[in-house]
Amino acid sequence: MLLASLRRIKSITTKEIRQLKRDRITFGMVVMIPLIQLLLFGYAINTDVRNVPVVVVDQSHSAAGRWIVEAVKVTQVVSIEKHYASAEEAEAAITRGEVRAALILPPNLTEKLAHGETLGQWVVDGSDTMIASAISQLRNMPLDQLTRQDTQKKPTFEVALFYNPEQRSAVNIVPGLIAVILTMTMILFTSAAIVRERERGNLELLITTPIKPLELMLGKIVPYILVGLVQMTIILGLGHLIFDVPINGAITQLLMGTLLFIAASLTLGLIISTIAKTQLQAMQMTIFVILPTILLSGFMFPFEAMPKPAQWIAELLPATHFMRIIRAIVLRGGTLSDMQFDALWLIGFTLVGILVASLRFNKRLD
Amino acid sequence: MPSNAELAIDARGVDKQFGKLRAVAELDLQVQKGHIYGFLGPNGCGKSTTIRMLTGLLTPTRGEINVLGMAIPQQAEALRRHIGYMTQKFSLYEDLSVRENLQFIADIYGLGVRESKRKIDELTATYHLDAQRQQLAGTLSGGQKQRLGLACACINEPELLFLDEPTSAVDPQNRRDFWEQLFDLSDRGTSILVTTHYMDEAQRCHQLAIMESGHIRAKGNPQALLEAMPLHVIEIAGHRLRQLKSHLGQFSEIPSAAQLGDRLRVLVDKKIDAPIPWLLEKSRAVAGQLTPPQLTQVAPNLEDLFVSVTGKGLEASREAEDVTG
Repeated sequence: MLLASLRRIKSITTKEIRQLKRDRITFGMVVMIPLIQLLLFGYAINTDVRNVPVVVVDQSHSAAGRWIVEAVKVTQVVSIEKHYASAEEAEAAITRGEVRAALILPPNLTEKLAHGETLGQWVVDGSDTMIASAISQLRNMPLDQLTRQDTQKKPTFEVALFYNPEQRSAVNIVPGLIAVILTMTMILFTSAAIVRERERGNLELLITTPIKPLELMLGKIVPYILVGLVQMTIILGLGHLIFDVPINGAITQLLMGTLLFIAASLTLGLIISTIAKTQLQAMQMTIFVILPTILLSGFMFPFEAMPKPAQWIAELLPATHFMRIIRAIVLRGGTLSDMQFDALWLIGFTLVGILVASLRFNKRLD
Repeated sequence: MPSNAELAIDARGVDKQFGKLRAVAELDLQVQKGHIYGFLGPNGCGKSTTIRMLTGLLTPTRGEINVLGMAIPQQAEALRRHIGYMTQKFSLYEDLSVRENLQFIADIYGLGVRESKRKIDELTATYHLDAQRQQLAGTLSGGQKQRLGLACACINEPELLFLDEPTSAVDPQNRRDFWEQLFDLSDRGTSILVTTHYMDEAQRCHQLAIMESGHIRAKGNPQALLEAMPLHVIEIAGHRLRQLKSHLGQFSEIPSAAQLGDRLRVLVDKKIDAPIPWLLEKSRAVAGQLTPPQLTQVAPNLEDLFVSVTGKGLEASREAEDVTG
């Protein structure tokens, strides 16, 4: 009895392994998913925040000012990207998302130094609590060589948190969640779309009709655009009502930015559906995109804290660009023109993606 | 040989290779406009591959194809407006209703609102689908699905219809009705290429090609093919037919012997002038003394033709495939 049962189990197992070996994409995924993702994340996930991009506004133009900037630099917590003359310019750069903070040193820096007063001010984009806390650590940064220990009674710097003064992580996570959820549903829906028709045999009929590949692709993504907008509304609406996430930007900007991202995600799904032969393969490839989206796009960990190669990979993901856009609009009241690079990137991705998908979708069976 | 203008399909020297498998070999096919052309052959003989090449879905490895005056696969896109294709597997949307499926195909072919309504009404009436208009296609019976498939294939009023085993999942009555509808279409000038593995359907075609393992073994008018068949057909009634069958199998003059109930249907090469005395003598060793009334010469049917042209030369073609593969 038992032997016969084992034999039947073995026959099923053998068959499964044979089928798995012949399904080369699935077989590849078995190896690739753990391998690539592990390498990627083991390497990229780094909760020690370093090299946060900042600007410096040194109004003192003094030797002490230059010295303080050097001292801040060697902590490696921040990376000084630029010098600006005014605080307004620096704040605009923060709104655009170019930098996360600005160090403002007042004109009377030397005087303050002598009296042991607070030397300057950090203006920080507080929406990402990890970044904000990293910079807040600089508040009591010792400057031993400039001051005598006893005269320094007040903190070295004052820290002003913009956008999320209470440091609630929901404020940062909710807009980011739009990017993650839209990636998940948009890619999943469309990646299965063409594969399903192929599996059910509809495709053979469809390709003998005069329909053009591009028409088929566009026709398939349109309904899901609406689905994406509904999801965005639900997430942001509930985030606003329940978690009190501020919506600082204009609704039109929000809609346009989301549309750009939905379009990019849908085309990515279409490309997958032209590669995958079965719905299972489509699903696996979708997961292959979703994992890095969650971990590398800046949703869970600050983008700037990741090593450069991980950042390059992240730059390839539409979600990384949308993450910047949606946070700029929702949290910092930014506009798409503030986020030109990311918006153009999404448009470019969509156009190239539609082209690739239509070229890949051959109206032939061989 | 009809001139080019009268040909709906003109394929010459067409080969299709899938890796080592030569699915279609040196196919020559001329289908006259307005004819129903049958493609008879067992499963896997290359019928579907041929249809897919003729519709431009597959690119031939070698050879020239001209369909409705268009070079295929180069002008496949232009051809699509003028053909209808009914795939072997039901390829409409099971989660759409009959009307929605027809509407979808009508929209794809760019029919206007009024025109598509008229066409859908006409097609559901012709193909007896009026009662099922709102029914999901997935819940239709085999015969209804097949009629819906044909209705969809006809929505653009194609000059040429490709039907890939349209009747494989249909009962005999539905098959008869279906063929009546094909003759109606043919009568209105539609050319039809239909594949089948039913002999009775093959018999109904204007022209017929018998295909086996990628090769066309015989082609022409079914009646003419039967008349030209170089074999006598003898039926033997009697006992010990199993033993007799295996005994007769050793003679090279007998390509086939098949039992039909209490009779054995034997094909005998026409070079034997008097097949009945010849058979009486040959079968004596096994069947004992048969009397002449037990043997009757009968008219050949398509199955005899099919058996006589297939099988032989199979080995030769396999060797050829090994060489080319």
